[in-house]
Amino acid sequence: MKRLIGLTAVALAMVLAIGVPHAAEKLKVGFIYVGPIGDHGWSYQHDQGRLAIEKELGDKVETVYVEKVSEGPDAERAIERLARQGAGLIFTTSFGFMNPTLKVAERFPNVKFEHATGFKRSKNVATYNARFYEGRYIIGQAAAKVSKSGVAGYIASFPIPEVVMGINAFILGAQTVNPDFKLKVVWVNSWFDPGKEADAAKVLIGQGADIITQHTDSTAPLQIAGEKGVHGFGQASDMIKFAPKAQLTSIVDNWAPYYVARTKEVLNGTWKSEDTWGGLSAGTVEMAPYANVADDIVKAAKETEAKIRSGALHPFTGPLQKQDGTEFLAAGKVVDDGTLASMNFYVKGVDGKLPQ
Amino acid sequence: MGALEAVILTIITASTPLLLAAIGELVTERSGVLNLGVEGMMIMGAVCGFAIAYTTGSPLLGVGAGLLGGVGMSLLFAFLTQTLMTSQVATGLSLTLLGLGLSGLIGESFTGLPGIKLNAIDIPFLTDIPFIGPILFGQDILVYFSFALVAIVTYVLFRTRTGLIINAVGGNHHSAHALGYDVVKVRYACIAFGGACSGLAGAYLSLAYTPQWIENMSSGRGWIALALVVFSSWLPRRVLIGAYLFGTVWIMGLYVQAMGVAIPAQLLSSLPYLVTIVALVMISGNKTLTRINTPACIGQPFAPER
Amino acid sequence: MKLILEKRSEQSRAMALLSPLLAIAITVVIGGIIFASLGLDPFKALHVYFVEPVTSLWSIEELIVKAAPLVLIGAGLAICYSANVWNIGAEGQLTIGALFGSAIPVYFTTWQSPLTLVLMLVLGGVGGALFAAIPAALKNRFGANEILTSLMLVYVAQLLLDWLVRGPWRDPKGYNFPQSVPFEGWQLLPLLGEGRVHIGAIFAVIAVIALAIMMGRSLRGFEIRVIGNSPRAGAFAGFDQKRVVWFSFLLSGALAGLAGICEVAGPSGELQPNISPGYGFTAIIVAFLGRLNPIGVLFAGILLAISYLGGEAAQVELGISDKTAQVFQGMLLFFILACDTLILYRVKIVSGRPATAKV
Repeated sequence: MKRLIGLTAVALAMVLAIGVPHAAEKLKVGFIYVGPIGDHGWSYQHDQGRLAIEKELGDKVETVYVEKVSEGPDAERAIERLARQGAGLIFTTSFGFMNPTLKVAERFPNVKFEHATGFKRSKNVATYNARFYEGRYIIGQAAAKVSKSGVAGYIASFPIPEVVMGINAFILGAQTVNPDFKLKVVWVNSWFDPGKEADAAKVLIGQGADIITQHTDSTAPLQIAGEKGVHGFGQASDMIKFAPKAQLTSIVDNWAPYYVARTKEVLNGTWKSEDTWGGLSAGTVEMAPYANVADDIVKAAKETEAKIRSGALHPFTGPLQKQDGTEFLAAGKVVDDGTLASMNFYVKGVDGKLPQ
Repeated sequence: MGALEAVILTIITASTPLLLAAIGELVTERSGVLNLGVEGMMIMGAVCGFAIAYTTGSPLLGVGAGLLGGVGMSLLFAFLTQTLMTSQVATGLSLTLLGLGLSGLIGESFTGLPGIKLNAIDIPFLTDIPFIGPILFGQDILVYFSFALVAIVTYVLFRTRTGLIINAVGGNHHSAHALGYDVVKVRYACIAFGGACSGLAGAYLSLAYTPQWIENMSSGRGWIALALVVFSSWLPRRVLIGAYLFGTVWIMGLYVQAMGVAIPAQLLSSLPYLVTIVALVMISGNKTLTRINTPACIGQPFAPER
Repeated sequence: MKLILEKRSEQSRAMALLSPLLAIAITVVIGGIIFASLGLDPFKALHVYFVEPVTSLWSIEELIVKAAPLVLIGAGLAICYSANVWNIGAEGQLTIGALFGSAIPVYFTTWQSPLTLVLMLVLGGVGGALFAAIPAALKNRFGANEILTSLMLVYVAQLLLDWLVRGPWRDPKGYNFPQSVPFEGWQLLPLLGEGRVHIGAIFAVIAVIALAIMMGRSLRGFEIRVIGNSPRAGAFAGFDQKRVVWFSFLLSGALAGLAGICEVAGPSGELQPNISPGYGFTAIIVAFLGRLNPIGVLFAGILLAISYLGGEAAQVELGISDKTAQVFQGMLLFFILACDTLILYRVKIVSGRPATAKV
């Protein structure tokens, strides 16, 4: 009987040994993506950041990822799996992973977690996001200069603060050129449905928009803009290949500098939980090369870009009114990040009602 | 270009893939087979179509490849359900899982590449007529083909011996067998036809609708096509009505939003589904018509008694 | 030479047990070849895929979490399909069940008592059943085909959830992000053990046992099987087809709704725009893999959960893509389905043309 128990114990130890990560010299960096890497948008750009870590830090790190993780009950398991596999740093790259990340982080106090676009932090959970609205302000200005009809179409995914602030930044940029600039917004209720995005673009162009911009992930709207001979802006990555005659520029998500820096901090032991919100100046937001526009418009756009980069200009500077005319920012004041991060109203000049 | 014209053109594009896939599935179901793998066959059509069009530079070859991609998947389904007599529902659903994965693997090296658009035909003078020109004479071949298909399928199903056989096999496979028809062979053919149509619908997505390849780009359109077959009570002309009804309500939802009308986007997005249900309820009143056209053997495996 | 399937006079009991084993054996062999051709160690790959999910405690717990909703929904659907009622909208019923149940924590944020949880669960079941009642009523009253109505209602349910979570039900302290207030205390399901296993797993087992008894021993079960096989024979026996439609829709809807509220009050702990990774659709496969038998559904649900977990583990440990895992899963399902054929049919290899062709 004793021998049996002994054997069982040995077998159990062997089974357990397989599950326990080896004492790793390398830092394992894990990623959780909400979409397929092949979406050529949001998840694709995060994966580019992962590849940058591998390239930059070589054999000091090892990276793993799980793609197409749904933002429901499966998320916690996927995150915990990475932690159990010995990952020392884990990036969870979608808002819906917020609470699962925190729950896993509590159980793995020695693992560092980084959650994109959320607002809850803890000792070992940092948050990060990018100031894409800076880019949207620039393209708003360019749009108003290029547009002949004075109407732009905006294909939006979901009415969350991130998207709402983008719409607002765009119209504020446009208003600096043409105070009467009009913006038509269509919500497609999806981050990614090429067909529906294309349909929305066609409808918007049919209603007189000659600029198409989007806060959804596929290249379809830009392709439609190219087909119909109007202009548009790319999203997440440089989409010029898809619309060589239509894309004016693109707001590129460049997570590489942040990912590499944070990985280095973990390697050095200097990592802290904090909230990082990098924009043009941090290199997290980049403008793709300008194309299909006159030189003076490019020049103006680059000037605006430089001003935002240096901090001389903040897209949300008072006086600013909400859509209904009430003031939300006094003259000369700059909006605080808290208001931005929870923005749920349109500024004056946006047509239509924000879905609530 | 006027707003109305733009809307009509958009509706045609949105409805065509639904119509193509649904008319094929209709024939499959008429022969007594329920293939729930439309989404999987469609996405394989999309990736095969894109890959071949991109490598050869010919969108027409791409259309052919899309068709074959769909047929390939459907033959796998046919082998399992007809030869090995597996459950049609489970096999169809598994086919969708397989198709979504396999298309992703095939398409890995084609992501992020601009596609080649299947161009609209251009008939001098006719296409230039304002308004009706671009709508009637300025579409791509798949749009015309989808309409032709409705006519052809109607004719074949109700006016020819082939149609009689298909209906007999779907209506009562035992008597069809007793009459000397090879039930399994007929079903193989009808499944392959359904696969071909789904493949074409997929090719339409990756070559005409949005000329590019992205994983999961069919976004559930195969499921809508499946529902439309039921909506049609297995009558081809009703598939046409259903696809265009769905497409119209779908586009109008976007149109109304762009106008700035304050209706929640979710409500507008759910209208195509609600309208289809209501329309089905309204036309289901004629129970004899429904009963006559419903393939009685649908979903049942057939093994000849020996 | 020709491969012929011959119908057995009765189901083969041996094959009923052997066929899944055969399928797994084939999958292991073919899968091993595929993994080897991908340049992976086939033994390690298969270990990650099939052995690890059932050996470490954490994996087993996660397996239960994943399998519970599949079994709960699949068991109800098995009854539905046995009755020849085509409810393919379980995903929508799950969603509405989750919404109904969540109404309690959303509107009575501070109400804490065991009754809170009981009411949430009851409402979850009621919500699912009510939503399933729509296709049932449309079928019985107007003859509207339930494949279409139940499927279309899935999208409607998901959009309703989306609207609520982004609008009226949004957490006022959530910075306008799409989630409800976090559930607390008695608004959450009690956990079993250290991990994420919740009492939803027990509900699944109870449902399986209860439905197995009902189908095997009760008149209702008999009625369902008779009507499912032949509505006309059922009518002669005095059974009412409409009643069967009602019963099977309400039952499967209630179970899907219960699964929905269990997901929200269990692993999620709040209402989000995505509450299920397609459980309602996957459960259709589970129902058929389980041969429309509640006990079979239990095993099929666990098997499917293993294939999901194994696929995820393979991504992390072997570096294969999600797509490869999905293809592998599709293949596994095909093998299982194909092997099940042996229960009803005998394989014969015949040379030349079969004699019966001359009839």
